[in-house]
Amino acid sequence: MLSISQELADKIVAHARADHPDEACGVIAGRDDVPERFIPMENAERSPTFYRFDSMEQFRVWREMDDRDETPVVIYHSHTATEAYPSRTDVSYASEPDAHYVLVSTRDEDEVEFRSYRILDGVITEEEVRFLP
Amino acid sequence: MAIEVRIPTILRNYTGGAKAVDVEGATLEELISNLESRHPGIKDRLVDDGSLRRFVNVYLNDEDVRFLGGLGTKLSDGDTVTVLPAVAGG
Repeated sequence: MLSISQELADKIVAHARADHPDEACGVIAGRDDVPERFIPMENAERSPTFYRFDSMEQFRVWREMDDRDETPVVIYHSHTATEAYPSRTDVSYASEPDAHYVLVSTRDEDEVEFRSYRILDGVITEEEVRFLP
Repeated sequence: MAIEVRIPTILRNYTGGAKAVDVEGATLEELISNLESRHPGIKDRLVDDGSLRRFVNVYLNDEDVRFLGGLGTKLSDGDTVTVLPAVAGG
């Protein structure tokens, strides 16, 4: 299960809306599986169907997390024309076994789809999301 | 020529859980080959068909080796090599 503050969840959605129709992506760093620090990342691909963290930005952010004893608790990205479910490429490149992979769909202007998964060894497991006040 | 190699979570099963290992090598290619002899199987996760895998980022100190010399990048004593799988998807 992913427990996340409503404020952080809103930030993810706002980022996804702002970058639509391109995919948005980012990290929420934290400790002990608690997402705390919102880090929007640049989508180096600037694409409506693909995302990739810029390699130098990722290096800086990962080193900063290391220095602060944080981990990437949440790795999020948006789908802009399809449902918030991991695509085949999401599964093949998933490389953080301890992260909650959050997907947001912006295909509908009024409705938000916000879902979370574990992706491990090619297997997708959806999990419950609890929004904390 | 000891180089510190920082290993990402997903590859630590090859290094017995170690976050960093010290390996020798005058170039990145040599370093990876020495890494492979101590931690069999890890090379295949980094290299494909004679070049670095597209979705693995390797950094020498603060720079992406793609902008240096790829596998031919020269290393010096005291350097740090960091491996980070790219965060990507569709």
